[in-house]
Order: sequence, then structure tokens, then C-alpha cells
Amino acid sequence: MINRGYYGKFGGAFMPEILTATVDELVKAFEAAKNDPSFWKEYMYIMSTYSCRPTPITFAENLTRHFGGARIYIKREDLNHTGAHKVNNVMGQGLLVKRMGKTRVIAETGAGQHGVATATMAAKYGFKCTIYMGEVDVARQRPNVFWMERLGAEVVPVRKGTRILKDAINEAFRDWVTSMDDTHYVLGTACGPHPFPEMVSYFQSIIGKEARRQILEQKGKLPVRVYACVGGGSNAMGIFSGFFNDPVELVGVEAGGKGLDSGRHAARLASKKGSVGVAQGYKTYFLQDSDGQMKETYSVAAGLDYVGVSPILASLREEGRIRFEATTDREVLDAFSLTIEKEGLVPALESAHAFAQAFKEISDLSKDDIVLINQSGRGDKDIFTIADAFADQNWRKFIKKKAEEYRA
Amino acid sequence: MLETYLRKRLEKKNILLMTHIVLGYPSFEDCFRIIQAMVAAGVDLMELQIPFSEPIADGSVILHANQKALANGVTIQGCLDFVQKVTHAFDIPFLIMSYYNIFFRYGVRDFVSAMSQRGLQGAIIPDLPPEEGKDYFNAMREHKLAPIFIYSPTTPDQRMKYIASFARGFIYCVARKGVTGKTTSFSGALTKYLARCRKATNLPLALGFGVKEKADIDYLEGKADIAVVGTQTIRIMENEGIASVGDFILNLR
Repeated sequence: MINRGYYGKFGGAFMPEILTATVDELVKAFEAAKNDPSFWKEYMYIMSTYSCRPTPITFAENLTRHFGGARIYIKREDLNHTGAHKVNNVMGQGLLVKRMGKTRVIAETGAGQHGVATATMAAKYGFKCTIYMGEVDVARQRPNVFWMERLGAEVVPVRKGTRILKDAINEAFRDWVTSMDDTHYVLGTACGPHPFPEMVSYFQSIIGKEARRQILEQKGKLPVRVYACVGGGSNAMGIFSGFFNDPVELVGVEAGGKGLDSGRHAARLASKKGSVGVAQGYKTYFLQDSDGQMKETYSVAAGLDYVGVSPILASLREEGRIRFEATTDREVLDAFSLTIEKEGLVPALESAHAFAQAFKEISDLSKDDIVLINQSGRGDKDIFTIADAFADQNWRKFIKKKAEEYRA
Repeated sequence: MLETYLRKRLEKKNILLMTHIVLGYPSFEDCFRIIQAMVAAGVDLMELQIPFSEPIADGSVILHANQKALANGVTIQGCLDFVQKVTHAFDIPFLIMSYYNIFFRYGVRDFVSAMSQRGLQGAIIPDLPPEEGKDYFNAMREHKLAPIFIYSPTTPDQRMKYIASFARGFIYCVARKGVTGKTTSFSGALTKYLARCRKATNLPLALGFGVKEKADIDYLEGKADIAVVGTQTIRIMENEGIASVGDFILNLR
């Protein structure tokens, strides 16, 4: 392997030897695809006819009036097929799988959005599909488990470790070291060993390319700030990459969970608790103890509940190019309520982190300014979590009645 | 030097035996008794695994042992203290096996120096390819410790030679795809693979992953220099108790 995918001091490829040849093959296939103009054309065709690209940007007029600060625009990744930005990466990797002649795909999933997207792609392209999902996430994202299974995927609940996203990634790697001859691992975020951070960011860059063009077309100027939530970092890399060369402040928002002092969060870059380590195939900031053992993370949003973060984002933070913040579960639920009431938009709890941080800061900006928020996904999947958070009595009644019916 | 020791030992035996334990599982006291039984049963060298929270190359048995040890509060300092006792008490070479983050967080140079001070002879790091290992093998060279690198059936000939250029002591040949503790087919393909490994390096060859009974070790005689028994001894201990481990090892040869 010649280029080992370093971004500053982060990234690399720390893998068992058995995977080296497979990853080399993937690097080759990805490089060939990047240099083949027909590949991007094919990708754009599938994204515009099967998903909903270009996704629009929406002017949030009522929220703008409510805060009385900058004009708020929202990039609508929730309008993608399968309801989140995850499909951008998945369809791209699916095309690569076809090129490599493999017949089975595996993936990890936290919130279930990446799992649903992968199962969808597998159904369309005729691949066998296995999804690894932490047992905790299986319980809190049941609607997505249902859809993955309807789509023909096998969903394997991971009962090892902390039973969330990082453990699902470990299990997917354990499958891959056995099955790589016919199987591709569709890693869902801009993490893991090279070339995944680069490859996932490449496919997600479509978000930023569109958003920049759209805001210039509509408003004739750039936003002053762009907000995105950061779990592994794929939607953030996607939208931020459109503005890397512009005088635009980029704000990544991590899961503050119960608060940074509670120890129950997933703020690897926004808190002082993160430190550099090597796990899951790459070097980045992790939430780990002084021995290097990974800590348990927590967030109301399963998709942000992850111990590491994209090495590209870690490097951009060190360069001072991206500011990182964290918002608590409580702030996120408030932002979610406000957004649904004022705009009729239903952000995923992950995406609602970006909204919450923007809302905190927006009144300080001038009315002439524009801010852009990435709504990376829609909140339908969170129906159980949100119903609980708001103690929705009618929902509870309905579930009880449904349970009675099933018991009969 | 590890290689010299192995060569000398190979003058008397056709194949050597390396075993593996997870430090602190089920407890340090039990680990000591297991090592005692293994050494008495004629094990030639041992790998001592420092538990890590994300052991991606390990299958369910060793993964469980890692998690249990950590849940019991095993720390790196605890492991190093224990290792010191072990190297004093027993006269075979001991190697550390762990994942790179354990070395990295401690500080690679400091960790290697700590290994050296405690009489360890080498280390195996399954998630550290030579391309990422410059600090590590420089430090290992300085302390005259053996960095053990890994071959797999998917490693091309040329890469085997490249890997060998960094390795000391011996090469750890992974028998097959997959993680530790699954079944390996001891057949023609394995023989061919080991012949390919032999051509790529002059270092002794260890063969691990799925070695669990006498027939496997008999098969490896003349093809590899060291048979590695890992998961199976943990299974024996879990199912039959620590007292059975010694007999199990004795019956392997």
C-alpha cells in the first residue's frame, strides 16, 4: 500500500494482515473509478433517478423570524431515498462492489439509517446483505430493524462490548476477515482504515457541492456558517467539503448527551476528554482511559453514539479549520420541537444536534447573514425515542392497545 | 535472543509449542497456575495477551476473555507487575500480545522499555502492519527484543519478503482467513501456503489459528517450527477447569 491515507497525524491503516490484500484491491477499484468520468456520471444518474438528488435547500422563514438573527437555510438530506444522507455513500460503494464483482455486502449501523440504505442498495443490485447492529441500538431503533429485514437483510444484534456502534464495526470486521473473497464491507462513515475515510467523504461531497451552488444561485452569496452534526463525520465531511476554500465558518456538533461533565456523552473533539489513539483500523481522537481502553459513550441519538471520529475532521480541527461544539440531549429535544412546530420539518435526533447549536448562536449574527444547517436525516425512525422523551400519552395508549392485540 | 533459543530447542524437538493466555482472565492467580502447568507440560514459549476493549482479530472465546478481564479491573500496570513475577519464576521466553493502542497510549518507546525491564523477549501486535510500525521496531531493535510480524494466506510473495525484513524471532503465520478460535482445515492448501512462507524468510515459522489437537500438530511437523495453541486452552480451562490444562498440553505431543 503506497498511500496509507494520512491527514496530518491522523488516519492510516491499522489492520490485521489478512485484510491488506482486500483493502489494496479496494483502493485500486476506487482510484480507477475516480479517474473514470463515466463512473461519476453513472453515480449521478442513479442518485437523481433512484434517490432524490439534488436535494433542495429550504429557507426556514419562521425560525429565522423567531430568532431574529441570520437567515436560516436547511440542506434537505432527509429527502433522500431511505431518509438520510447515508444513501449517497452506499450507492457509490454499491457501484464499486459491482465493478469488483463481489456478491455480498455487510455493514455496521448505529441509528439504522446506514443499515437501511445498505439493505436497500443490496436489494436493488441483487447482493446478499448482513447488517451488524449493537443490541442497544436494535432496541432503540426498532423501525429501522423492521425495514432492513423487509428489505431482505439479515440483522445481527451485537451483544459484545458496549453493544453500540463501535461494537457493530468490530463484528463487521470479524465477518470481513473471513468473507472478503465475495464480500465488501460498506463502512458507513468517514472512519476506519484507508481508503474508507477518503472514499466515504468523496461520495458525500455531493452534499456540499450542491449546497454551495444552490445558496449562490438563490442568494448570490455564501453562508457565514455551516452546521452539521458529527458522529463518525460523514454528513459533516459531505457538506463542509463544499466550503473548504471559502471564508465560511464550519461548525461540527457532537453529542453532549447528559452534559460534558456527566461522563455520559460522545464529544471526542468538543470536550477535553478525547485523546489520540488507534482502534478500528485508524488513528484519531477517541474517548478512552489512560490505558487506551475505549470508554462507553452515550447519546440520545444512536448515530452520534460513537467512540471515534473521522481522522479528516480530527486533522481539520487541529488546523483550526473547523470549530467543534457539543449539545446536550435536552437542548436537542428542544430544538427538535421548535423545528417541527415552526417549520413542519422533522429532523432526525442526530441532525437536531446541528439545529440546536445553530439556535444557540444565531441571534448574535446580522440579519444579512446566512447560516446553513445540514438536516442529515429525517426523524421518523426516532418515533419511539421521541414519544418517550415527550411522554406522549396518546402514543403510549396506542402501543399498549397494539400490545394487547398481539397478545390475543 | 529469541531466534537463537528457538533454533537450539529445535535441535531436540521436531516442532515447538507456543501457548497463549489472556492476562487477568479468569484472574492473575489462575493465570499463574495455568502458566505453571503449561511450563511443566513442556510448552516452549508463551504469548501473554494484554486485554484490549476492541480486539478485532480475536474470535468470541478470546474476545470474551478480554472483556471479562477488563470488567475485573485489569490494568496495564497490573499486567506488567504480573509479567515481572512470571519471567522471574519460569525459564521460557514470554512474549506480549496486544493491540497497538495499548503500546501507543503508554508511549511506544516507554512500553518497549518496560517490556525489556521485565524480561520479555518480544511482542505480537495483530493490528500493526510494518508500514505503521517504525517507532515500534526501532525501539524493539534498541532493546534487542523481537517484533513478531504476521503472514496470512492472502499475503503475496513479495509482501512476505517485505514483512520479513522487519521481523525478528520468528514469523507468525495465520493459518486461514477469519478470527481466532474457528476451525482450520489441515490440508494441502495449508502445506502449500507454509512452503510459500518458508521461501520468503529464513526465520522460524509459527502456525496459529485453529490449532487444537495432537493431529493438527502432527500434521504441522516438518512444515512449521512452532505450533500455536490459543483459544483451545481457554476452552479447556472454561469447560474442564484449570487442572485439565496441563494434561491437555501433555497430550498434544
